[in-house]
Amino acid sequence: MSTTPDDAAVAAAYQAHTENSADGPHGEASPAWRRVVAQTGFETRMILRNGEQLLVTIVLPVMLLLGLVLTSFVDLDTGGASRVDFVTPGVLALAVMSTAFTSQAIATAFDRRNGVLRLMSTTPLGRGGLLAGKVLGVLAVEVVQVVVITLVALALGWSPDLTGLPGALLAMLLGTAAFTSLAMLLAGTLRAEGVLAVANLVLVLLTVGGGVLVPAAQLPGALEHVAVLLPSGALGEAMRGALLDGSVPAFSVVVLLAWTAALGWGAGKLFRWH
Amino acid sequence: MDTGPDGYDRRVPDPAVLVRDLVKRYDGRAVVDRVDLVAERGAVTAVLGPNGAGKTTTVECCEGLRSPDAGEIRVLGLDPVDDARDLRPRVGVMLQDGGLPTGVRAGEMLRHVASMYAAPRDVGELTERLGLGSFARTTVRRLSGGQRQRLALAAAVVGRPDVVFLDEPSAGMDPQSRHAVWDLVRELRANGVGIVLTTHLMDEAEDLADHVYVVDHGRVIASGTTRALLAGDDRRESGGSARTVRVEAEPGLDLAALRRVLDDLTGALPNRPADTLTDAAWSVSEPTPGSYALVGPATPRALAVLTTWLADRDVLASRVTVGTRTLEDVFLDLTGRHLR
Repeated sequence: MSTTPDDAAVAAAYQAHTENSADGPHGEASPAWRRVVAQTGFETRMILRNGEQLLVTIVLPVMLLLGLVLTSFVDLDTGGASRVDFVTPGVLALAVMSTAFTSQAIATAFDRRNGVLRLMSTTPLGRGGLLAGKVLGVLAVEVVQVVVITLVALALGWSPDLTGLPGALLAMLLGTAAFTSLAMLLAGTLRAEGVLAVANLVLVLLTVGGGVLVPAAQLPGALEHVAVLLPSGALGEAMRGALLDGSVPAFSVVVLLAWTAALGWGAGKLFRWH
Repeated sequence: MDTGPDGYDRRVPDPAVLVRDLVKRYDGRAVVDRVDLVAERGAVTAVLGPNGAGKTTTVECCEGLRSPDAGEIRVLGLDPVDDARDLRPRVGVMLQDGGLPTGVRAGEMLRHVASMYAAPRDVGELTERLGLGSFARTTVRRLSGGQRQRLALAAAVVGRPDVVFLDEPSAGMDPQSRHAVWDLVRELRANGVGIVLTTHLMDEAEDLADHVYVVDHGRVIASGTTRALLAGDDRRESGGSARTVRVEAEPGLDLAALRRVLDDLTGALPNRPADTLTDAAWSVSEPTPGSYALVGPATPRALAVLTTWLADRDVLASRVTVGTRTLEDVFLDLTGRHLR
């Protein structure tokens, strides 16, 4: 009951199929850079087109910036700096968190549940290309955020310490690494609905008490000592150090690197594709 | 030797898929238990079984999405995990749950997947072929089940693969879409592509597949050409007109007696010894209590004999159907259970 079709006929059809010169080469992937660029564009469009994601990544930081600068509901000890100079670095830190962590955790969790991660990993993109596309997509959205927030802040009279720009850039990259790792750890281990809740809740908690907008030193009680050790506090301190004083505190850099290493290791170990 | 750059002889290609002694356990329980399977190029191989039989797990191991606990898998002669980089451009995958991001438009998704390949199929042609045009600008979230399935199939074949894995390709499709899908699968087969599909739809396996593996509880319980499986066993030789008569009535009827009256009518082998099953024209079995399968030359007269025999015993059949054997019958005969 062998069903092997006529070998010669199959080989001939196969040959015709593979060498169909009119269609060009066959069974080949496009170049790696093209695949990653395509995935980056795809991820970026998905985030910027999604209303809820846009709310968290663009609208929320801009509203906080306007609210904290134009009103005085929140009592801030700016240490002599103008409110906008004091608040903007923290808002940029929050923007990084919202995109690298909350938005990415939710998007990846639903992609995982819907089988998108598995499907794309069977295409020539592979798992590595998929991750690269996601990270670059996060960075692309952050560029949009920085442009919008900077324009609004400048309109409000922001005058950052320009010598601190490279430091701020470094802080944002380190923050992105740490928070993307946390996003992957959550998205790869919890149910999508769980990630949706946790990612939003954590963002709110870190915003309020994590040393992002309000410096750790001004937080009540033990929170002051905890917040500087959190990735949020470290990112906030690094951004304020860079844009207010022109230098990034080394301690914050160490904290962010440590979180990235720990969370990245955890995500690599525990991430489940199914 | 006419070997390709990858070193294997393209004149005598490896089978599309070769699975040997595959074992996959979840939490210590083997959901795939020593499965052997060969899928040839230029052929459609169906993995048929009820939900939970291990079909999807088997296919996901072949796709490199899961690592086997034991056994060997070769796709186009390569290892799905270790040689993933070489295989990905040559293997097309349609997942059971689609794997389509919900926020993108259908056409955008297909173009995106196409961009992963150096020489993809013409997206416009494929769009027309599978009737995707009417919803190309609709987001995946708002597509019907059948539309999603067609899009997922398009994504699986857009890279012009040598092997295609289709997990429940017809689920949720209207009959029209199904035929568009089946036509495309037949075209791929004619082009020498090896197609492996899982299904619990009998007609899909019967109409499409050259070779069928019937799986249940993680094991292959029958395999062969579709034709051979449908023919059942050697009783097929009694004139080539064997049909299955299904009877539902009270359980525990005398199978030997029933077979005797039917065989007597047939008169095919009047001199056979009384208890020799092998020469009987009819096969009579009771796969589940009260459900009987009678396979043989089901003439109008045979049906009359059957009902008379039942009447003599004062048995009222609640159902009598006559049909050619289906894969559903094959499955029922093997397991005593219905596929769905």
